[in-house]
Amino acid sequence: MDWLNAGVQGVLLGGQYALLACGLSLIFGVMRIVNLAHGVLAVLAAYLSLVLVQQGLPLWLATVVVVPVFAALGYALQRGLFNPALARARGRASGELAPLLVSFGVAVALTNLLQEVFSADTRTLPTGGLASAGLAVGGLSVGVLPLITLVVAAAVIAGVQLYLARTSTGRAMRAVADDAGAAAMTGVDPRHMYGVATALGFATLALAGVFVGMSTQFSPGSGDLVLLFAFEAVIIGGLGSLWGTLLGGIVLGVAQTVGAQIDPQSGVLAGHLVFLAVLLIRPGGLMPRSVQA
Amino acid sequence: MSRPVADPPADPPADPSAGASVPAVTRGTRGSLVGGGVLLLVVVLLAVVVPYVVTLGALSSLVMLFALVILGTTWNLLAGYGGMVSVGQQAYVGVGGYALIQLADAVGAPPWAAVLAAGVVGAAVALPTSYLVFRLAGGYFAIGTWVVAEVFRLVTMQFDGLGGGSGLSLTAFRGTDRVDRVAFVYWLALTLMVAVVLGTYLLMRSRVGLGLTAIRDDRVAASSLGVAVDRGRRLVYVAGSAGAALAGALVALSTLGVTPGSIYSVNWTAAMIFIVVVGGIGTIEGPLVGAVLYWVLQQALAPLGTWYLVVLGVIAVAVVLLAPRGLWGLVAGSYQLFPTTYRVSGAGHRRRGEADVTAT
Repeated sequence: MDWLNAGVQGVLLGGQYALLACGLSLIFGVMRIVNLAHGVLAVLAAYLSLVLVQQGLPLWLATVVVVPVFAALGYALQRGLFNPALARARGRASGELAPLLVSFGVAVALTNLLQEVFSADTRTLPTGGLASAGLAVGGLSVGVLPLITLVVAAAVIAGVQLYLARTSTGRAMRAVADDAGAAAMTGVDPRHMYGVATALGFATLALAGVFVGMSTQFSPGSGDLVLLFAFEAVIIGGLGSLWGTLLGGIVLGVAQTVGAQIDPQSGVLAGHLVFLAVLLIRPGGLMPRSVQA
Repeated sequence: MSRPVADPPADPPADPSAGASVPAVTRGTRGSLVGGGVLLLVVVLLAVVVPYVVTLGALSSLVMLFALVILGTTWNLLAGYGGMVSVGQQAYVGVGGYALIQLADAVGAPPWAAVLAAGVVGAAVALPTSYLVFRLAGGYFAIGTWVVAEVFRLVTMQFDGLGGGSGLSLTAFRGTDRVDRVAFVYWLALTLMVAVVLGTYLLMRSRVGLGLTAIRDDRVAASSLGVAVDRGRRLVYVAGSAGAALAGALVALSTLGVTPGSIYSVNWTAAMIFIVVVGGIGTIEGPLVGAVLYWVLQQALAPLGTWYLVVLGVIAVAVVLLAPRGLWGLVAGSYQLFPTTYRVSGAGHRRRGEADVTAT
């Protein structure tokens, strides 16, 4: 029963990782940018929500405010920093260098800025008992908040997938991802499309950050692990596949909870080892690029 | 940039009828010699004058500067010449630190030998690791190496013999006079820094270095010209990791201990990235400039907490976007203190550092 419980908790934990990874996967899929600031930005979203809640807003309203703010921030960062970096890199084989280094600079500056402003103390978002509420299902206790997170993750991924597949903006985004030059000739502005993609990625990231803030304690340094877990979910699932990312998040979550069941100290390590094993055995991930993202 | 490599001189300028206008192909210039002389003077001053005029605290702090130069130079080898942005070099800083303490305390090796052996241990660990991380490209290589570094840290903490979560302290210096110890570590660090920088320079001047430059500029083209791409990248990864392990050993030797949280900290790699990017990526001089700048900022802004990292992050973003060749490239132009490229002097050539050898 303990093992079954660990497995169920892992699947639920996977929802959080998948939600975190969704934006990373989207941004990589469209622009081939690996955003090293992904984790600390999620933490920033949690801090912003915390500030709003401390001003008296209910948490759901704070989330409604933070998500569009992050979309705007994403668009601005893309147009202001990442597009120029991409332009710098264009035509050079080592082209990923400039955006990667820019995102790293942002990550380090932001992490330490958060530390100066909010100190290194751990915080958590008040949930009014939601974080500790549980449903009894056949002898297992299923947390309500993790369940909501998993449902939201699946809904967000389905939404992004539908957006990419069905809307004209989504089509343009996929066109830019395939060949920015050719897309530009048909009248699509790749720079704007990149901005929209990052805005969308940041919106999902902000949502993920709020869920992280509700379920666990966070501090300015939490961004590192958030980035690693999101990244592992993306790679385990398969590059550029959003549903794969959901599966990757769940595999990672199960690996961590089952690992912790074996040895309470080793949950995170078990997750890393499963990631490395997937890398060794199936470098393309479990669901390699089934859908163009 | 890829010119001298991508275009083999199909028509070597062997035409004697050109007479007096035969271009002379040289490597160093008088400026390089002068600059090299100044640098030599600085090293001599650091070796024979500085230790006798500054405090012990300043000497320890200079050891950190030398370690930063080693870290920057070897990370530049990876990113600037191998095209591999690793965010996981703290793995080898940690391996070096732990190896030093184990070799000096448990095995009983003399500290200088333990430092060198720690570098070898770093290389030995990096070789098998490279087969794993080379499955990832670009940005995914960056985070993948970070995961590997986390695994190293977590595995290290599992071993009670390595001090678990609280780390180890170095006992080999017990009974050694503090002045002797600090001076010894200082001279050892200075020697290693000079050796690493010179070694990198010689590597980049060699045939291997030329191949690495080609790999960085265009991996496919380099491969089609017969450059052993995988072997070259692996060599760079192993050498760069050995350098990080040397630096980690020096840090452990200087601070008399390691804790898994600090020796495996990603901040080491953050420092390397700033040093290289701000100084000037893909040059040998850049990391020297960057290391000095990082060290000065760290010393000057340390009382203000971590603000120096905020400042450095912003500077790094600005440099990548506005001055991609870094501060050294901004100041020096095509001047090379460590000349690695050939230049053509004679009639009708371009006055550029990367001169076109195939002038006909």
